[in-house]
Amino acid sequence: MNTLDYVVLLGVMLGIAAYGMWRTRGGRDLRTYLHGASDTHWLTIGLSVMATQASAITFLSTPGQGYESGLGFVQNYFGAPLALIVISAIFLPLYRRLNVYTAYEFLGRRFDQKTRLVGAALFLVQRGIGAGITIYAPAIVLSTVFGWRLDLTIVCSGLLVVAYTVSGGSPAVNLTQKYQIGVIFVGMIAAFFVLLAKLPAGLGFGDALAVAGGFHKLEAVDFSLNPDKRYTIWTGVFGGMFLALSYFGTDQSQVQRYLTGSSLRESRLGLMFNAVFKIPMQFFILLLGALVFVFYQFERPPVFFNQSAWHAQAAGANGDKLRALEADFNAAQAEKQKHLSAWLAARHAGDTSAADAERAAALAAHTRSEAAREATKTVLRTATPATTANDSDYVFITFILSYLPHGLIGLLVAVFFAATFSSKAAELNALGTTTTVDLYRHVIKRDATDAHCVAASKWFTALWGFVAIGFALFANLAENLIQATNIVGSVFYGVVLGLFLVAFFFKRIGGTAVFWSALASQALVFILYATLSISYLWYNVIGCVACIFFGFAIQLALGFDRSPPATA
Amino acid sequence: MKSEPANAPGDRSTEAAGANETDPTGLPGVRTWRGVYVVVLGVFVLWVALLAWLTAHYS
Repeated sequence: MNTLDYVVLLGVMLGIAAYGMWRTRGGRDLRTYLHGASDTHWLTIGLSVMATQASAITFLSTPGQGYESGLGFVQNYFGAPLALIVISAIFLPLYRRLNVYTAYEFLGRRFDQKTRLVGAALFLVQRGIGAGITIYAPAIVLSTVFGWRLDLTIVCSGLLVVAYTVSGGSPAVNLTQKYQIGVIFVGMIAAFFVLLAKLPAGLGFGDALAVAGGFHKLEAVDFSLNPDKRYTIWTGVFGGMFLALSYFGTDQSQVQRYLTGSSLRESRLGLMFNAVFKIPMQFFILLLGALVFVFYQFERPPVFFNQSAWHAQAAGANGDKLRALEADFNAAQAEKQKHLSAWLAARHAGDTSAADAERAAALAAHTRSEAAREATKTVLRTATPATTANDSDYVFITFILSYLPHGLIGLLVAVFFAATFSSKAAELNALGTTTTVDLYRHVIKRDATDAHCVAASKWFTALWGFVAIGFALFANLAENLIQATNIVGSVFYGVVLGLFLVAFFFKRIGGTAVFWSALASQALVFILYATLSISYLWYNVIGCVACIFFGFAIQLALGFDRSPPATA
Repeated sequence: MKSEPANAPGDRSTEAAGANETDPTGLPGVRTWRGVYVVVLGVFVLWVALLAWLTAHYS
């Protein structure tokens, strides 16, 4: 990064934060601070919902997924449109009719206060961890690549987002998200076109897709019924729908975004905007990763993309071993490149048999280069467990730094920070709101005035910000970052969704039954997660179904009330 | 806040009374929410079909 990059980066980051604080300055009543002025347009809601979900992990880690595993991860989002339709038709009208601040208030109205507290507590635990990962994820990658101090990166970026979220509340979150997602779109589209321009002369877009497909990077849909496979159309549609239902329908960080709409119509259109554009957006980011893979078939990629970790070990006792593996990798890459060029030439000439032979030879060379890469990972993992196990998060940033022009590098790094801020601000806003409304005002200080609650909400938002920063300072993740986020969500979301589905559809089940059911289901999910190796998306289904089943069984044991069913 | 949220200023109960699936969407060509959901489902199916084609064509 040069001076121009830093000017762009700091200008974008500080400019948006300062503008958000300035535009939302001044005293606000509780409803405006927590929900905004209730005049938000559907496009702002749509972008805000999108920005809340799309953290830096999305833009840093997802291209790495595309590079390593191809487009299969897009199936993770197949359930989202279906879930958003259900939320728009059923959840949203009810939330607006009850005029609630948080989704968990609804549980209190429908069941009882202890169930409301369980829902709020599950959200606070899960989202509190999530907020830590949100801030840690880009910081670890960017600090490693740029040589920045990790703790300073976490603290500085964390404090900036805490400052404008505390200062302006929900209106500041909405406003800044709109500009942050704009920066993200511009940056990612620019990176895409630069990547296309950097492909070798004569290699058109169709050829690039053919190369990606030749290495199985375009396998977007998998109809396999194997439950051990992480991403199939079934895990995506069913597990993904449960995950999305829970995330968009019951997670306060999202509920708070679409409840800011000036009318039911605006909120609904904001959700439908996401239902239409979520899959294409994720596809585009994954395709970007797959095209980076194609690009590196004609350029020499590093044997391990976390170059800092590699160089640190190469300078030590493992140096000879790592350099020998690097030489094997480079030799296999050179051979692969030769066969790829021959394959494309045969393909253009219409010589199918020659094309098939060259493609088979390229795949064989690829297998050898991947073996060298895996052996390198094993050496690094043995030397420094966890910190160097996964380098896919470093793929996109390595490409950016090596091949993008200055100025655009600064913009892309700003994209990662903008995405971090947009999702973290929404998370802190929701954590502060839930703590204030569902715990503080509801349990601790029931006679608190609106003004007192605004002040309390600011303190709680700041407190959660410091908790997230503290978590990030001590975090250490071995998983691919975007998967780590989804795994944490999936472990908790199923049970929370179960609570809400019982509330919506099982009117005869009461608060006591669903309360114990939620605790039992969450314990079951923890046990299964520790003992099984199934795709984590299934835990959304298991937690939800268990919560409904246990709730029904416990209510059966307690005896069904013969009075008319409760209505929310 | 002392008052219950349902009674707070800006209560949306009047909106709720008319809020149903036949409310106008304000979108050209799609006048009911059921229609909007059908269109969104159609777009979803189209995307899955395109991705399945991509998978089959380039594998």
